Amino acid sequence: MKLVPPPGRIVGGKIIFEGKNLVEFSEDEMRRIRGKKIAMVFQDPMSSLNPLMKIGDHIIELILTHENVGKEEALERTEKLLDELGISRERINDYPHQFSGGMRQRVMIGLALALNPDLVIADEPTTALDVIVEAQILNLMKKLKKNYNLTLILITHNIGIVAEMADKVGVMYAGKLVEFGESLPLFENPQHPYTEALLDAVPNIRLSEQTLKWIPGSPPSLLEPIRGCRFAPRCKYAEKKCFEKEPEFIEIGKGRFVACHLRK
Amino acid sequence: MKTGIKVENLKKYFPVQKSFLETLLSRKTEYVKAVDGISFEIKPKEIFGLVGESGSGKTTTGKLLIRLIEPTDGKVLFDDVNIFELDGEELRNFRRRMQIVFQDVAASLNPRMSIGESIKHPLEIHRIGENEDERKKMVFEALEKVGLSPPEAFYYKYPHQLSGGQRQRACFARAIVLNPEFIVADEPIAMIDVSLRAQIMDLMIKLKEQNNITFLYITHDLATAKYICNRIAIMYLGKIVEIGERDEIYNNPQHPYTVALLSSVPVPNPKYKPKRIIPKGEIPSPINPPPGCRFHPRCPIATKKCSLEEPKLERINSNHLVACHHPGKTSPLYDSK
Repeated sequence: MKLVPPPGRIVGGKIIFEGKNLVEFSEDEMRRIRGKKIAMVFQDPMSSLNPLMKIGDHIIELILTHENVGKEEALERTEKLLDELGISRERINDYPHQFSGGMRQRVMIGLALALNPDLVIADEPTTALDVIVEAQILNLMKKLKKNYNLTLILITHNIGIVAEMADKVGVMYAGKLVEFGESLPLFENPQHPYTEALLDAVPNIRLSEQTLKWIPGSPPSLLEPIRGCRFAPRCKYAEKKCFEKEPEFIEIGKGRFVACHLRK
Repeated sequence: MKTGIKVENLKKYFPVQKSFLETLLSRKTEYVKAVDGISFEIKPKEIFGLVGESGSGKTTTGKLLIRLIEPTDGKVLFDDVNIFELDGEELRNFRRRMQIVFQDVAASLNPRMSIGESIKHPLEIHRIGENEDERKKMVFEALEKVGLSPPEAFYYKYPHQLSGGQRQRACFARAIVLNPEFIVADEPIAMIDVSLRAQIMDLMIKLKEQNNITFLYITHDLATAKYICNRIAIMYLGKIVEIGERDEIYNNPQHPYTVALLSSVPVPNPKYKPKRIIPKGEIPSPINPPPGCRFHPRCPIATKKCSLEEPKLERINSNHLVACHHPGKTSPLYDSK
């Protein structure tokens, strides 16, 4: 989305979206991508909506700004969208404070979908919600993904949600992707020690007896340059070379990538 | 602790803040009924889980149990003594026996006090230990117990120098330095990194086993409650809807709300296909809770009786109580395996 606020900036690499490198796009060009091609759902639905604006107007304004359509059509599309989101049409003139947390997150998802994007990035979309509402939102996202033929990037720390939602999983640690692959093989046979340790640390409500493990230490500070593998100080398998040389991110099987010296 | 904790018909109402104009126009004060008549027992040396969504009243209950706030009505018997009738020296002596650990570790430790000073502070308040050396020794022991060793290395550190997990362990050290019998742990792992949550949970189990500490574990997370609790109570809108032994709650849930909660938890196994019973809408406002059973507007099996008559918490077997007119009706929908 290129939304990292200054002084943060992209210092290298490429983001290839439909054959074009977004890193080279100007702010003007990005504005035509955002919302229309790539949209984002944020974690906190409380602070993401304008408290002085009606729910419906949020969506209508978005459509009118980006598309060359009349007010009537925008209103019609908004009403249809509310149906999809499971929000009653009567609530189109309500303000955000009249909505509960889960309903607000539905509106946020609606805003992301209003311009029919190809890719939606959802950043911890259910973290601020209670477990039953979380289940409602996950079901809604599954339905919309199918109906809108979406590609979804789901950012989360909740391993249960990953297992339930994802086709493919990327595991990040201290600013690096350490493992990537299809969900089921990654869960059943994790290749990176961090993935393995993370899966061992999560309780499963469906198991009667379980022994959980934890990962000693804490993630490194990213202020200082790190030598070797970033996970090495907490890794139970770490060897000398792990502290000396950074492992490359390599393909170890079809579509399966891992960055670890010990899995070559 | 000898006989444990008995909670009898505990209530806490908070008056709703009104504008000046509203006060002029109506005399009736409205109340948020955060806790509205709950009764349960915590047995000595158990981890008792209090589970509920935001707004269910679980944190208010935790604060009442160690008398951080005063109740509107009801009793909390700590070893058969009603803690709300204590005052002065007697109350101070009881305060030593009960402690609390909060969710927000960053806000729980004074940033300008070293970890050692923070943990030593309660000893000074309660005038425990002959001299500085003895108190320091007690702090070292507490640090060892929570796994912050060597203690000398942590004593002089400041909170910002510790990770989230270490800070929470320092909070536990401060809670146990007075040798309490009972600790309220209010969402102690909710803000801890996933990779370290098991460490805090194992610490609670260890303190229970080795130091005979009884815990009230307040959480919204049924998966972690299953991992550490002996018994569990489910709260909804200021009421307890179900209480039971851990395995009873997880394998044989009776209340439709418990069934809904259990079926909503995401399972970390991609092969598992969730079969969910999701109630309509969200938890309503506790200012004017629904009449009858508070869950009836969202309940999939509610009948007319549910909207008229409030169900009582009744025993269905020796380890299991439920407050529902139609207990067990939704249970077959839930596959506990």
